[in-house]
Amino acid sequence: MAANVGVLVFPGSNCDHDAYHALKHVMGIDTRFIFHKETDLGDVDAIVVPGGFSYGDYLRSGAIARFSPVMQAVADFAAKGGPVIGICNGFQILLESGLLPGAMLHNSQLRFVCKQVYLKTVAFDTPFTTHVPKDKLLQVPVAHGEGNYYADTETLKRLEDNNQIVFRYADSEGNITPEANPNGTITNIAGICNDKRNVVGMMPHPERAMESILGSTDGKYIFESVINNLVTN
Amino acid sequence: MFKAQINVTLRKSILDPKGKAAREALHNLGYNKVSDVRIGKYIELNIEAADEAEARSLAQISCEKLLANEVMEDFVITITKTD
Repeated sequence: MAANVGVLVFPGSNCDHDAYHALKHVMGIDTRFIFHKETDLGDVDAIVVPGGFSYGDYLRSGAIARFSPVMQAVADFAAKGGPVIGICNGFQILLESGLLPGAMLHNSQLRFVCKQVYLKTVAFDTPFTTHVPKDKLLQVPVAHGEGNYYADTETLKRLEDNNQIVFRYADSEGNITPEANPNGTITNIAGICNDKRNVVGMMPHPERAMESILGSTDGKYIFESVINNLVTN
Repeated sequence: MFKAQINVTLRKSILDPKGKAAREALHNLGYNKVSDVRIGKYIELNIEAADEAEARSLAQISCEKLLANEVMEDFVITITKTD
């Protein structure tokens, strides 16, 4: 079975073309854009909710996008076990939709951070992380003003107990330190998954780490994982 | 017609970095008696409703569904009759 991936497009998305390029041209996978007004996802096998500033981030990041017609279709797709990844603003949209638990606060230092970071993968059993080598730190850029992940104590404990934290910010040696935390997020959380593990949200941008000319190709592990899982299923 | 005035603020347990930055600026201006600054959003809704209770319940559901994110925010609603 050939994999077929859909990339959502909201007014204000600005990483939709990056994600499309990463999948279609770098990974060589059939990829199509899905407009926010669509109610049917068609025959896609996986969904990327890309980064950007959907609806200008009015009210709160992702708060308006969650009510787009396409998000109901995404919720149905996710409920059936379809793999969904939200990147940056896409992660914020998944939080606002309730497809992932928690919320996103402003970066604690109030600055927009745009830089390369190292990610330590801590859950290898999501569709997006199965092909990440166990000891490999992923070098991937972040670019956000609101990436300070927050969940109440009870939710956080549930995430820890169920191994739902997928990525943490680390230093170049793989240590989880306050200095390696770009936004003040609780316990250096960079990405999480739902309890069924098919929905993943992450603040860093793997779609911008696909070609060596851009500084890193580590983002490919994320897309290789989901594509290989689709092809073998 | 009723007017709903809604204040949305970060939950008390959550550090408000914008408030903290504003407080530090106020201290720099010499207003050292200002001890806590919380920055939130103010939202006004005009609501057509038969009575205050109906207006309040509509404002409440608007906050729960969209205007506030209760994972991180609290909201307070004040209803006044406008006609």
